[in-house]
Parts: sequence; C-alpha cells; structure tokens
Amino acid sequence: MRYYAYYPGCSMEATGLPVEKSIKAIAKPLDLEFIELEDWTCCGSSPFAGVDKSKAIGITARTLAQAEKTGLDLVTPCSSCYTILQEANDLLKEDHKLAERVREALSAIGLSYNGTVKVRHIVEVLFNDVGPAGLAAKVVRPLTGLKAACYAGCQQVRPSYGFDDSEYPDWLDQMAQSLGAEPVNFPLKARCCGSSLVISESDVALDLIHRLLQNAQDNGAQCIVSTTCPLCFTALDVYQPVVNGMFKKKFNLPVLAITQMIAIALGLDIKASALDGNVVSPQKLLKPFLTSKPQADKAETPA
Amino acid sequence: MGDNAQTTFLDEVAALPACDKINQCIQCGVCSGSCTTAMHWEYPPRKVIAMVRSGLKDELLKSNSIWFCVSCYLCTTRCPLDIKPASIVHGLESIALKEGYKPPTTTTTMYRTFSESIVNNGRIYEFGFMFKYYLQTNPLAALKMLPTALKLLVHRRLPLTPKRVKGKADLRIIIDKLSAGVGK
Repeated sequence: MRYYAYYPGCSMEATGLPVEKSIKAIAKPLDLEFIELEDWTCCGSSPFAGVDKSKAIGITARTLAQAEKTGLDLVTPCSSCYTILQEANDLLKEDHKLAERVREALSAIGLSYNGTVKVRHIVEVLFNDVGPAGLAAKVVRPLTGLKAACYAGCQQVRPSYGFDDSEYPDWLDQMAQSLGAEPVNFPLKARCCGSSLVISESDVALDLIHRLLQNAQDNGAQCIVSTTCPLCFTALDVYQPVVNGMFKKKFNLPVLAITQMIAIALGLDIKASALDGNVVSPQKLLKPFLTSKPQADKAETPA
Repeated sequence: MGDNAQTTFLDEVAALPACDKINQCIQCGVCSGSCTTAMHWEYPPRKVIAMVRSGLKDELLKSNSIWFCVSCYLCTTRCPLDIKPASIVHGLESIALKEGYKPPTTTTTMYRTFSESIVNNGRIYEFGFMFKYYLQTNPLAALKMLPTALKLLVHRRLPLTPKRVKGKADLRIIIDKLSAGVGK
C-alpha cells in the first residue's frame, strides 16, 4: 500500500463529484491510500491571485504547511489546485521577502512551512506509481476497441513541472491503451477548455469547448477520456448540450475521467464508477463492456 | 488612480510576485502567437508588456486586455526568456482591481464574488458565488443558465448549501497579516 496526503479541492465537492467518487473507488484495488487533509481550505485558484497574489500565496501556504506535517506527498486531482500549489511552493523558496511575510502569517495560526512538500497530480501518481503495466495487470474488463480522445488540458502539463509533454502529452493515452482502449490522434488534447471564463465570458469559453469536441469527433473518437480536473471534466460534459444549442451541433461524446475508465476496466459497477453522475450518459456506449463478465482469474472483490 | 510619484508603472508591476523578469522581454511575440484568446484582447500579451514598459497604465488598464487570460500557460511555457507573461497579466489584474479601474468585462465581478466566497466559507461555494455574480451583473443571464443548473442538480453535482470549514478563521488571519504593504 502507498500512502498520500490528499487535497481534493473545492470543485470535487460539487461539479467534480463523479470524478471524486471514481478516485475513491479505484484507490484500494490499486493499493493506494489517499488520506484527506483535515479541514483543508481553498487554494485560491486564478481569480484570488488576480485579486491579490501575496494573499493568495498565503492561503495556499496553509495547505502546504498542513501537508508537510503528514510527511507524505501532497496529491490533488484538480489541475488548477496543482498549478497553484506548485507555484506557491516555488515562490516561497525563490522570493525571500514574500516567504518571510508568509512565515509570519502562518505562525499566527500556529503553522510553519519549511518547503519540503512534493506536490503531485493524481494522473502523474497513476502513471508513475501504478503505471500502464500495473494497470494492465489488474484489468478484468478490457475496453477493447473503444476509440478514445485523451484530453490532458492546460494546467496538468503547463507550466511544466516535469509532468508529461507540455505540447502533445501522451500519458493518458498510454494508460487508456493499457485498459484496452484505442487512443485516437487528438491535436487539441492540451488546449484550454476555457472553464475560467465559462461564467463571465461564456461565449469565449463555449467557442473553445466547441473546438475541442469537434476535433475529438473529427478524429473518430467515440468518447473523451479526460484528466481528473473537475473543471475540464465539467466543461466538456456539462456544457456539451449548451455547445450543441449554440453551434447547432449534435455532439454526443461521453466524457470519462481517466479514473472512471480505470474503475470500469477494474470491474467496478456503474455506481462505483459514478457513471450516473455524467450529464452526457456513457452507459449506452459502455453497455457491451458493463454487461460482459469480468475475467474471473483477476476479479477483485465486488465494491 | 494616482501613481506614486517615485514609482513608475513598470516598477509597480515588477515588484509583484513572479513579475520581476519583465525587463528581460525581447518582444518576440511568442506569447501573442500562443495565446488561446488573443483575438479578444484589445492589446495582445506582447503589447501588454510593451505598454507596461512604456508607462501606458490608464490606456492598458481601461481596456479589456488581461481579463481574457484563461491561465492556460502556453505563453509561460513557450517564452524563450522565462518572463512568465501569465503571472504579469494576473499581477496587472490585481492593480486594476485595487485602483478601481472599470474595464468593459464582468470578469472583474466574477473574481470578486469568487474570492469573497473563499473568505466567507473557507472553500468555494459554487452555487452561492455564481448566484451572487449573476445578481450583481445580469440576473437575466442567469435564466439562460437554468437548464445547465438543473442538469447539475439532477446529477447531484450542485450542493445548494455551503460547506463552511473551521479553517476559514485561519484564512482571515492570514489575509489580515498579509494586508499591510500590499505588493511586497
């Protein structure tokens, strides 16, 4: 069993819930344990940094200090939290004046941070600590022939923290392939979904989501396998009907978080995979796999 | 909106976290060529940096530029001199908000309601902050969002009550402590 400090991020308690449920479901079968930080608070995300960066780094530092006490790597499934935590971690080492002010602020709440935390994205943990071969070894329901456009989005691979390729990443593709699926070429796989503007400049964001869906469909994808980022997942899934209305399209591309896809391949049921939380239902597309009998020799105890 | 007499606009920006390399910019334009939303900016990223260095503060901060940044970090990853254009853009946003500029976008209100939600609850309360945003900008636009909100509700992805955490008291203390001498 491998242990990690876990920081879900705010969206995982709301729009990202299907992803969160699937993460909880696959952890044990993959011998991973994600220990949620107690009483964690928001990372601030881009908007708070746009209001006041120093304060934003101060509130992020609370999370880093909490994680440091556990002595474990800090894992998050949200790409925005990932980037914010990484950047704060770097700046607290590089900008000594800022670090000093943050140190004083943290001491006022009885915390300290010495810069020792390693911040990790859950997709990177799945790729490096479990790996495509490790996943393949546990597959009881191979998703043979399922054509998938694998979407990494922005902040998982940029700015680069040594995680996959920042222009044309393929770690999600490798993992999807290890589950039996067939990744298709997807030129826009690391382009932005625009989710930070989906409320205030929705036309701009919907235009970006439209391009992603069109590109995936044009390349023969039957579904999109997305990063665990709840913002990317929601943009592609929840806003797909809105894009259809605005651009007079008929997209019906189920969006599976990589962790939902892993859950299905591990033989978990619809509820554990949280497929019932997806707005664009993947159940018809996945029916042949969901009704197939898991290969008995590798089957896990039912969840 | 008065400038401090001793401090230029460039000094003010360069003093913000992760903005100190702005003087190294060679104006190559990779940032503008890479920017996901450049077509919407009155002045695209390369020009934004040139305008900061030329002291064109009012012209820049009254425009819609910077507010279309989606934080995709293509500019930052590709910049050959590692000047971090995305950090500079977010730094400019904070100056514009603090000094009361009124650019033609409601993203400013979104930033405010989002940040208030963090301070009030400790975690983002998605339903609450969106409700407040629409109330302060265009309540009619909320009607257009209703089908999406209903879909989220049906799929149990939009809790209607905030999840207030004890840590929010900590956040207030941290914010108070960092309020003195904003910038650095």
